[in-house]
Amino acid sequence: MPMIYVDGQEIEVKKGENILEACLNAGLDLPYFCWHPAMGSIGSCRQCALVQYQNEEDTRGRIVMGCMTPVSEGARFSLKAENATQFREAVVESLMLNHPHDCPVCAEGGECHLQDMTVMVGHRDRRYTGKKNTYRNQYLGPLIHHEMNRCIACYRCERYYRDYAGGKDLGAQASHDHLYFGRHEEGVLESEFSGNLVEVCPTGVFTDKPFLKQYSRKWDLQSAPSICQGCAVGCNIAPGERYGKVKRVHNRYNDEVNGYFLCDRGRFGSGYLNSDLRLDYAGIKNPDGSFFAVHQQQALDTAAGWMTGKKVVAIGSPRASLEANYLLRELVGPKNFAPGFSDHEADLIGGIATILQSTKSINPSIKQIETADAVLILGEDVTNTAPRVALALRQSVRNKAFELAEQMGLPAWQDAAVRNLAQDQRSPMTIVSAMDTRLDDVASTCVSLAPDDIAAFGHAVAAALAGETTDNAEADAAAQMLKAAKNPLIVSGSSMAHQGVINSAAAVADALSQAKTMLSFCVPECNSLGLALMVADGSSSSLKALAKRAVKVDALIVLENDLYRRGDKELIDQLLASGTKVITLDMYENGTLDQSDLVMAAASYAESQGTLVSSEGRAQRFYPVHSPAAERLPSWQWLLRLAKVVEHKKLSKLEHFDQIVAACAKSSPLFAGLVDVAPLNSFRDRGSKIPRQTHRYSGRTAMNSGVSVHEPQQPKDHESPLSYSMEGLNRDQPASLTPFVWAPGWNSNQSLQKFQSEVDGPLKGGSSGVRLISSSQTGAEISSQVNEVTLKPHQWHLVPMEQIHGSDELSAHTDEIAELAGRGFIAIGEKVAEKLAVTEGDGLLVKQGDVQSSLEVRILSRVAKNCIGYSAGYSETRELTAGSLVSLEVDKAWQRSGPEMIASDKAAFQQVIGDGGASNV
Amino acid sequence: MSNAKMIQSDISSVLTRQEMAEIDHELEHIPYKSGAAIDALKIVQAGRGWVSDESLQAIAKYLDMSSEELEGVATFYNLIYRRPVGEKVILFCDSVSCWIGGCDSIKQTISDTLGVDYGETTDDNRYTLLPVPCLGACDRAPVMMVGDDLITHLDDNKISEIFSSNKSGVQS
Amino acid sequence: MEKVLTRNIEPGKAPTDMAAYEANGGYQGLRKAMLGMSPLECREVVSASNLRGRGGAGFPTGMKWSFVPMDDKCTPGHKYLVCNADEMEPGAFKDRLLMEYDPHQLIEGMILSAYCIGADLSYIFIRGEYVVAIERLREALDECYAKGYLGDNILGSGFKLDMYVHPSAGRYICGEETALINALEGKRANPRAKPPFPQVSGLWGRPTIVNNVETLCNIPHIIDRGADWFKSLGVGEDAGTKMFGVSGRVKTPGCWELPMGTPIREILENHAGGMQDGLQLKGFLPGGGSTDFLTQDHLDLAMDYNVIGKAGSRMGTGTMIILDDQTCPVGMVLNLIRFFAHESCGFCTPCRDGLPWTRQVLEDIEQGRGKTEDLDTLEYQINYIGAIGNTHCALAPGAMEPLQSALKYFREDFERHISGGCCPYHSGKGA
Repeated sequence: MPMIYVDGQEIEVKKGENILEACLNAGLDLPYFCWHPAMGSIGSCRQCALVQYQNEEDTRGRIVMGCMTPVSEGARFSLKAENATQFREAVVESLMLNHPHDCPVCAEGGECHLQDMTVMVGHRDRRYTGKKNTYRNQYLGPLIHHEMNRCIACYRCERYYRDYAGGKDLGAQASHDHLYFGRHEEGVLESEFSGNLVEVCPTGVFTDKPFLKQYSRKWDLQSAPSICQGCAVGCNIAPGERYGKVKRVHNRYNDEVNGYFLCDRGRFGSGYLNSDLRLDYAGIKNPDGSFFAVHQQQALDTAAGWMTGKKVVAIGSPRASLEANYLLRELVGPKNFAPGFSDHEADLIGGIATILQSTKSINPSIKQIETADAVLILGEDVTNTAPRVALALRQSVRNKAFELAEQMGLPAWQDAAVRNLAQDQRSPMTIVSAMDTRLDDVASTCVSLAPDDIAAFGHAVAAALAGETTDNAEADAAAQMLKAAKNPLIVSGSSMAHQGVINSAAAVADALSQAKTMLSFCVPECNSLGLALMVADGSSSSLKALAKRAVKVDALIVLENDLYRRGDKELIDQLLASGTKVITLDMYENGTLDQSDLVMAAASYAESQGTLVSSEGRAQRFYPVHSPAAERLPSWQWLLRLAKVVEHKKLSKLEHFDQIVAACAKSSPLFAGLVDVAPLNSFRDRGSKIPRQTHRYSGRTAMNSGVSVHEPQQPKDHESPLSYSMEGLNRDQPASLTPFVWAPGWNSNQSLQKFQSEVDGPLKGGSSGVRLISSSQTGAEISSQVNEVTLKPHQWHLVPMEQIHGSDELSAHTDEIAELAGRGFIAIGEKVAEKLAVTEGDGLLVKQGDVQSSLEVRILSRVAKNCIGYSAGYSETRELTAGSLVSLEVDKAWQRSGPEMIASDKAAFQQVIGDGGASNV
Repeated sequence: MSNAKMIQSDISSVLTRQEMAEIDHELEHIPYKSGAAIDALKIVQAGRGWVSDESLQAIAKYLDMSSEELEGVATFYNLIYRRPVGEKVILFCDSVSCWIGGCDSIKQTISDTLGVDYGETTDDNRYTLLPVPCLGACDRAPVMMVGDDLITHLDDNKISEIFSSNKSGVQS
Repeated sequence: MEKVLTRNIEPGKAPTDMAAYEANGGYQGLRKAMLGMSPLECREVVSASNLRGRGGAGFPTGMKWSFVPMDDKCTPGHKYLVCNADEMEPGAFKDRLLMEYDPHQLIEGMILSAYCIGADLSYIFIRGEYVVAIERLREALDECYAKGYLGDNILGSGFKLDMYVHPSAGRYICGEETALINALEGKRANPRAKPPFPQVSGLWGRPTIVNNVETLCNIPHIIDRGADWFKSLGVGEDAGTKMFGVSGRVKTPGCWELPMGTPIREILENHAGGMQDGLQLKGFLPGGGSTDFLTQDHLDLAMDYNVIGKAGSRMGTGTMIILDDQTCPVGMVLNLIRFFAHESCGFCTPCRDGLPWTRQVLEDIEQGRGKTEDLDTLEYQINYIGAIGNTHCALAPGAMEPLQSALKYFREDFERHISGGCCPYHSGKGA
């Protein structure tokens, strides 16, 4: 490890890093703007200047940029030299030529990196007396607000959006001091990762639009470590709450999972938490179908009355915590418990769980995915099914560039130079899918095949790897590509609803001999894999089996699951048929809830704690951001109390969350690791709980005075090591207990570097989460059977197309997400469109047996023969079944949709009616 | 999605066959399509005087670029016009040698004669007046270009000669 | 003195075409190299000639070429030679002359240079306003292809080279070699960070040499007549001849080829005819708009890279701009700063936002709104923007050179603006 000298202090540094990184690692405050740990250096802002000396005798030195200067043994630097401090101050002074003094009304105020750096360099009075340049802002869609006047031209937005996230529709325009960062014309940003602009921009050019409408300063937000519930990737998030509303979601760094970035579903998809559809009180159904609100105890007593001595079955949920599912399963007994998957889904996810336990390959973290140097994707449009993984795959294709750079001795952080060197040369990626995917632009090969053929393709690749001759040149090429790689990666998943595709991916992975072969599956929901592991012992039931027994059942408990989304309406109707008392725990109104006799208002993820198992097999804990509003209770508490009331022998002994975790951990060897996921409730950091509130949290005693002048006591959290308080330390604690980042002088999210053990490394408290599944030496047992389907003329294979905005049950209830989701659609190739004489926005009737759906047309740029896609998870397509054969017909009655009212207008409209100033709190 | 939705037929309704052929010719020695961005902008501008939004979108699509990417390039350069210009562009050198040679007052004469300031086009759409960095004819300062013609040793007489009342053509 | 670069150029004489160029010894260097010299031998001659880059920085050409990976040290793929013909330095007008009147000389120089470094593709990156030069170069290229001087197997040597004219879309910064490469790639012409240098990772990530027009024009003569001959041309420390020019209010502004090391006084008085009647020399920028002012005290210095450097300025392009005693030095510096502020690419902060700040202070002073502390602010800005390394490329430090030297030599002029509340030259600057 080389030693360098900074202001006379000897510092041990990492070979190959730059001085800025070295300084930050040493805990020194060296200001910067354009450098970003995930995006490297370009030397644009010139803020991280320091003085480098030739040798001990050199007293004058010269100014160098920290981010562009590699460390070398014995090198001498000064941060404090007057020419360095003066230069850094001058940089800020010149940035202030045009920066408006609008901090009081700027959403970035209080967490603005520019504010922090301005204070840090000591700049105060601007000497410039000329006019400021001003710009027109653009409408960028419902998620991102644009305020160009604040721009300091650090190029981070363009580098993030275009270079890192692969977005095409945002970039630098014009030049000199008239630079403009925006779109060619106003419009919705196309990237699924646009929200990260909010955190990447060091000032307030790109801000969180939904947050603006219900704004609070960062220091007034109460936060807790949480896990995104938007998909199965398990990104770590830090939601911020005030006045009982979750106001925004920020990224929470986990070096092995999401790093610095979230997808837009994750960042913006929690708006439903504040929706009117949320339930506040338990309710019992009136004969007229309406519910009357009851107290918690009354609901519990009623439920107990329906359950005691009766035949009770239960349905769990892949979107509920392990703990809640575990309690429910124990409450009714495994045989009477169905995990809440549709039966087909149960096979798929169960199959994946089995493969992951038996494959020789690594089930990679996102960080590992980024190391892949050859990728084969079978059947998934990863950007829409596991968005954050897709962002990692985008980085993986850059490994070719890093390899070229290494050959030249160019450090990977020399971002612009590495890109200039490699140009469009990328590591190979082969995508085999039925139609367009959002990663096609970085793929070296795209193959369009029907789901069955994708499976056949996968098996052909496996055969080629095993040395067999195939008559499939593309599969041979894919096999060659994987064979030549150091870290080959196979990605597949359940979105094709096709077991054969999943099996073939496993076959390819197990046919590879590299020790670092990776196999990653995309699964649909935040706890799909956890639930699959829970029922892996085969002792539980299925929806179909429960439906068969429905007539004999007295009561059915449904946990956080709208069964109508699980397919087959008939089956669900049968399950919920009258005669059976249906008790539902959920947080918002849905079809299943409407059919229930008793409803228990469940707390959201932001009001409860629990453990989820991500598609990586990583168990992670989320904590309540605020205490449940009204009479909501976390499902695990409802179930624990219910167990008490029905005097359940085993469960009524449990009192606390930690005990449930312990019991769950004992229930299966697969869950043994659960006890290590996060510290116990008794954990104290230097004698205190970890505060959810910042030191500057304001108005604690007065913030509700618009509603009531009484000062309620702060809620107590008896179940976690976090407190609803500003007292205590938020520093160096275990990573799973980091509610927000802040450090003295670092109010923005850039303060993260004070929490990292080193630049871009794990947090000082480690990497949170425990991986429950590790690869095995045996290899997966895989059926290589592939079905063949004969199509009649004018019939098409129906292929589900998951959509980042629209397919997910909960986030779709967020206004902004719903706006982006648009209408349910049918997607066809250009040729079919031509034949049918339809264009985008026209309507088609899709006939699947007796079912007929009228859907909007979208045109695909590539599609497998005889395949058409449909938007999965939309209400308009609920009746359609993946893999079925359908016919198409032009819908003559179709009305093309007019320009829609945008979400921001809608919200403004509602505000006028609904909000009454301070009473809004 | 605006540019993603532009399909081949849209491109050919905007770009002429000649323009596309010229762009293709440039592409012969350029490894990436986007590498011909500046050439393509110039090719289209040569025939049309300027690059409209519609042209820009069509070129972008033709070169597999996003409109944003091409806009970033188009707005960077001085000689790509993203607003309509007159039949001839007057590139008036206001750099140091011409300034010493008194170009400020000549610029005033032009403005008075034609009734336009920098960035403006005459009412009859014949001229657009733009400043230009040093034209590299400092020994003959002050100078300007009118269309493709370099006009040197400017003085007030010459200006009124060039832009004579009937405004008929340029003599160099 | 023997004319080398301008031997085919005379006032009133038509531009040289292939026939005329060859009639006067043209393509002799090319024949000599193709028929009997290896690229290594050619490179050695150029290195030994002490030729230094004529674009402004004066970097030894042979050394620049030596960083290009050769033969098996180079990964398979193209190598590029690019001629920087983006003459946009305020006050520079030498390359236009060479290209308009003797395009073949440049092309021959480029073919030979490409041969030296093993390039197979070459570009002439020329500013778009040079319509005549573009036309003549294209005609000359056609003649070369017809003659077999370009294309496959040049003169039977097996060497292959294609050459294209790329007219720029216009930006001063394109004269910076890495910005030029970005422009050639169809991108925004922001300069690139160095290292890596273009010699190893340039156009399309491949080894690339960018040389100035005048530099390349020297190559055929060096190859043809040898390093010693070339060195003997200079009368001072440096080798060869140089295109020198004078603009401003002198009697006969113009551009002449003279030996390296020709004294400034000789250029100014013998060639440019001295100052116009009634005007006195107050100062001059020796090498274009981004060099420091020198004054009468420096008239006897030789135009050599090191000599001018020691005097506190730079040889730059060798085209001088003369400041007379009736032209306002503040106004002149303001004109230059305006130019540079406008031509900043906007990539780095000191240049993008610092130069407009300087412009604003100078505007205040020039227009009579200046305050005494403005001079401190200017010094502060020079310190901030003026040092190489403080900025991403050399544009802004270059921009600061006339300002810092004007403050040194003409400080009382700045003070008179401030104390008088107006520009004291305003009435005198008659034009």
